[in-house]
Amino acid sequence: MNKLLPIEWVAALRFLNEGRMQTLFIVGGVAIGVGVIVFMSALLEGMQANIFRRVLTSQPHIVISRPKDVARPLRLPRDGEVIVANVQKRSQIVASVDQWRKVREMMRRRADISAVSPTASGPGFAIRGDASASISLIGIDPEQYIKIVPLPDKLVAGAFRLTTTDIIVGTQLADDLGVRLGDKLRVATATGASDTLTIVGIFDLGSKGVNQRNVYVELATAQNLLNLVGGVSSIDVTVIDPFQAEVVAQQIGNETGLLAESWIKTNNQFFLGLNAQKFSSYLIRVFVGLSVAAGIASVLVVSVVQRSKEIGILRAMGGSRGQILRVFLIQGAVVGLVGSLLGSALGSLLLAAWRLAARNPDGTPMFVITMNYGLFFWAAVLATLTGLIAAVTPAVRAARLDPVAAIRG
Amino acid sequence: MAGDTVLRLDGVRKSYGVGTPVETEVLHGVDLGLKRGEFCALMGPSGSGKSTLLNVIGLLDRPTAGHIYIDDKDTSGLDEEELTHLRGHAIGFVFQYHYLISAFSALENVMMPMMLERGRADLAMTERASALLDQVGLLPWQDNRATNMSGGQQQRVAIARALALNPSLVLADEPTGNLDTKSASGVFDLMRQVNAKQGTTILMVTHNHDLAARCDRIVELVDGRIVAQAAA
Repeated sequence: MNKLLPIEWVAALRFLNEGRMQTLFIVGGVAIGVGVIVFMSALLEGMQANIFRRVLTSQPHIVISRPKDVARPLRLPRDGEVIVANVQKRSQIVASVDQWRKVREMMRRRADISAVSPTASGPGFAIRGDASASISLIGIDPEQYIKIVPLPDKLVAGAFRLTTTDIIVGTQLADDLGVRLGDKLRVATATGASDTLTIVGIFDLGSKGVNQRNVYVELATAQNLLNLVGGVSSIDVTVIDPFQAEVVAQQIGNETGLLAESWIKTNNQFFLGLNAQKFSSYLIRVFVGLSVAAGIASVLVVSVVQRSKEIGILRAMGGSRGQILRVFLIQGAVVGLVGSLLGSALGSLLLAAWRLAARNPDGTPMFVITMNYGLFFWAAVLATLTGLIAAVTPAVRAARLDPVAAIRG
Repeated sequence: MAGDTVLRLDGVRKSYGVGTPVETEVLHGVDLGLKRGEFCALMGPSGSGKSTLLNVIGLLDRPTAGHIYIDDKDTSGLDEEELTHLRGHAIGFVFQYHYLISAFSALENVMMPMMLERGRADLAMTERASALLDQVGLLPWQDNRATNMSGGQQQRVAIARALALNPSLVLADEPTGNLDTKSASGVFDLMRQVNAKQGTTILMVTHNHDLAARCDRIVELVDGRIVAQAAA
């Protein structure tokens, strides 16, 4: 007899050991539940981090630009008056953000912003011999911009070096126009300006559309081509917490009177999808947790019925209701804890198998899954608590048993 | 110094279904006293209220009216916790079926009342339980589970368990009812020996007239009333 453990612990462990088959089944059930939760959580976390990284490393979190031009009626209706007029929407032209340097300084001073980069961008054409393609011309301050979009990491050819005569294009555009590193490419815009630039890099931002459309040039080059000398069309911003981007954007909009659009707003469908995925993952966890709890509770209820005479005799020998209650609560908690430890091991095995199986054709992992040991810890804590809570009803039932009725059976 | 009377019942009544149309009184004002070291047989036909009386005396059930004094202490005003404590200390139980806990060995079963009282096992408990098992002649079987013992052996372990906290009163509800004649006689002899050596008061329900005749006193209960009391 263990002299260190209190009698409640000894009795709980002995009862679990005696009903070995029952205990094995329920611990197995908990382990499968926890294993699924651990595996699914790590998989979803890895997948989301991967998608998130791909999306957010190819665009700024917030784009600040001048407000849209709107048509203003010359005369507003008076009381009871109706004006029948067809007010046409104004076309939007590429124009500079007013006092953009001042706005940039304001952004740099904010604690919730980690990087600020002015950009001059607008539509244009890339022309190579007889072939041409419409492009989105983006003039950047290379030193600042790489803090927002890590372009050097995205290069598949060349080097990240931008002078006023250089251009970096996407893989798709290079294919479409049949150009390589060092080739010359003529870029023209609607203002009538054009320039011949040297391709110094080819990037892959993970999206065919972006690889086909975006081209990067030095800020001054874009300013000349877009007739924005000394001006910028937008200020790109990266925030510390990407999920706070919309809040920060609204604050910036209110403070500056400019149009500040967050990635959450411009990628609304993606963001909703991400949230729906998170929500469904939580739901699955909750339902798996509930089924685990129901399993533990049902086994303990059966155990209370099976052991009612023993409970009665323990009460007759001076065992208190509290002691009986604790015997069954401990059983629930132990089943939860042991099940969660086995479940964590099972989850790790499944993840290892997934790593081996889920690979790209070139042998690289489809996406990185990190083993989050915090997840194991919380799985153990939550499974133990679930076991404890699941055991409350059977434990109370056991504690309330009338010893006379229990012994008489 | 404890008084001479271990158990005293004053007008104990017990009814079931109180306040309902089917209220039934099972015990009709029972008066009874047991002296320290007395071995008393409680006899009566089936349904006469013997087990109910034993449950009420054993504080497993509360009387509807009347008073029960154990070691001169009136139990009627005690709450659930105090009753549990007194039951664990002052009263030992031996039932018709042994009700040993199958997950524990014979030794651990004997230690159980002590562990429930003190919270965890210690060396003194082990020694006390070993001594009790020795007393009932089962020391070599101390590590056996109840399921691996004969009916007589199981009942002997149950007697040792009832004596674990050295109670002043042992209540035995047909302890030999499930045993063959030889085993029954052996178990009774053991109880007699405990009674004689330790001065433990024993109240034993039995249908066996031969065993009852070997007790100090026979109390006869019929329809919830004591109808006869006589020295055996």
